Amino acid sequence: MPETTAPADRVPEANGPAALEVAGLRKEFGPLVAVDDVSFGIPEAGSLAIVGESGSGKTTIARMIVGLERPTRGTIMACGHDRSRPTRSARDRRRRGREVQIVFQDPYTSLDPRQSAEATIDEVLRLHHGWPADRRRARIAELIDLVGLDARQARALPRALSGGQRQRVAIARALAAEPRVLILDESVAALDVSIQAQVLNLLADIRDETRVSFVLISHDLAVVRQLTDEAIVLHRGTVVERGPTARVLDDPQDPYTQRLRASVPRPGWKPRRRALTDAGEERQAP
Amino acid sequence: MSEPKAAAAVTPAAAAPGAALLDVDDLNVRLPIDGIHRPVLREVSFSLRPGEAFGLVGESGSGKSMTARAIDRLLPAGAQVTGSIRFDGQDVGALTGAGLRQYRGRVAMIFQDPRAHTNPVRRIGDFMTEALRTNMSVPGAEARARAVDMLGQVGIEDGERRLRQYPHQLSGGMLQRVMIATALLTQPRLLLADEPTTALDVTTQAEVMAILDDLRREFGLTMLFITHDLELAAAICDRTAVMYAGQIVEIRRSSLLHDDPLHPYTAALAGARPDIAQTAHRLRAIPGRPLSAFEAPQEECAFAPRCPHARDVCLAAVPDLLEVGDGLSRCARTHELRGKLQAVADA
Repeated sequence: MPETTAPADRVPEANGPAALEVAGLRKEFGPLVAVDDVSFGIPEAGSLAIVGESGSGKTTIARMIVGLERPTRGTIMACGHDRSRPTRSARDRRRRGREVQIVFQDPYTSLDPRQSAEATIDEVLRLHHGWPADRRRARIAELIDLVGLDARQARALPRALSGGQRQRVAIARALAAEPRVLILDESVAALDVSIQAQVLNLLADIRDETRVSFVLISHDLAVVRQLTDEAIVLHRGTVVERGPTARVLDDPQDPYTQRLRASVPRPGWKPRRRALTDAGEERQAP
Repeated sequence: MSEPKAAAAVTPAAAAPGAALLDVDDLNVRLPIDGIHRPVLREVSFSLRPGEAFGLVGESGSGKSMTARAIDRLLPAGAQVTGSIRFDGQDVGALTGAGLRQYRGRVAMIFQDPRAHTNPVRRIGDFMTEALRTNMSVPGAEARARAVDMLGQVGIEDGERRLRQYPHQLSGGMLQRVMIATALLTQPRLLLADEPTTALDVTTQAEVMAILDDLRREFGLTMLFITHDLELAAAICDRTAVMYAGQIVEIRRSSLLHDDPLHPYTAALAGARPDIAQTAHRLRAIPGRPLSAFEAPQEECAFAPRCPHARDVCLAAVPDLLEVGDGLSRCARTHELRGKLQAVADA
């Protein structure tokens, strides 16, 4: 196993060993550097926000952690296992699935349209735990209850569910693997305000009742405040600021974080015009 | 001050000073859903004063976009419409052919997703100048010159080069600026902005909002601003209407909406959003989900099933949109609850 040199300014390990540890992460797409030297750690039961706008590299980081992209450089350790390189064995892949799960932004495209919530969860339970049918049934009922769906919704196909209900199914599916780390990639961004509040409360309950660690990827600073203890701010692939979420939002130090904070509408807010000469405004062709 | 109900009673004959530019009176829209005509808008009444920025806030299915589409005569085929929409004293529902084309030049619309509203194989210049060339018979060269000038106004300096580009070569924020410039080219009097910044990053949203705010003051535009974001509406609109299940439930000066709501739904909406300045132990979530007009109760208050303040009186009849202080509220208990909504929600 390669030695990882931990950067000095890493998020401190408050609750024992890190559930997830990322060091010197870099991802290049041809000439474009999407993620550059990103390091962070999350203790067990901790929560970290990755804040950034489109093109900041936040989703690329999530995809590398779950294994959908391969890092150009750097290491990703979850529960003491390196996961920065693909694995060939199905056993290792399943183990990785029990370490880290992800909930995507769009509840409309992240579920199988032909599978009910029950069947979706059952498949995960069979794959990861190999339990007999009665134990699986009991656990399905528990998970369905935990995410606040009723028995009728549990048997319904995704097309019969609303956006908020589908996102609950996606959360239940992720939790079925009993992961140590749950990645929420803009998971509440597409929801109506009243539904978003329900799902945020649900996530807070899960955080309090289990020892699962959260990585919340979001552009919404109010959501970040509500759900996380620590935060890093990404701008064009690099970390420009890090610290306790409350401090980062109340007293931002980096000019980009300050601009992000000032852009949030609030009573008496007066948006200001900026000259549009920024090269970053140009869409970068992939 | 002419509140919608009052303004609706006296139909503005012409654009006399102080008269409403747009007057929507008792608008009801029914659309064929699963083969049956079902309501999507119910008793929508409001009026816009010249130069005013008016917000329309609501969740999915509340009818806010449908209201804008009714105003721009863009409702789906088969829509049944009753009530009236008057623009500058003119009955919008009666417009046809050339009159309708002329009307659409004076009422411009910008949408949430600029990429869905541009043709990917046509250049920006072609797109921007189309209305000028075809509807207003402006010669091509002059239309291009005006487009370049307007691009400058929205902060895009090298307009000549942009006119030769295709939509995919511009970022989302840049393309939305192009949409705004295009909308303003026909010198409209009313701008219908349907979630124009929802798909944009928060820093880009701030810039696009600043441009909209500047230009609408400079050109004396009236703006109907549609958003799901109560705080954004409160920040940039003079007055805001809150919609729920196809009805307007509250109209209020925006600055008062958050701190002194008249309707329980407005208070609930404000309370459900997490606060960037502090962490709440739990958010005050509204139970259930937002209902479309046709799913909501038809003979009682549409919000009653989700409302913590609902009593028997709320189930007796559909409440009217009544004047309360300097606002309007559609709540049977609005006088009783006045001033208590925020306090109750906080407890």
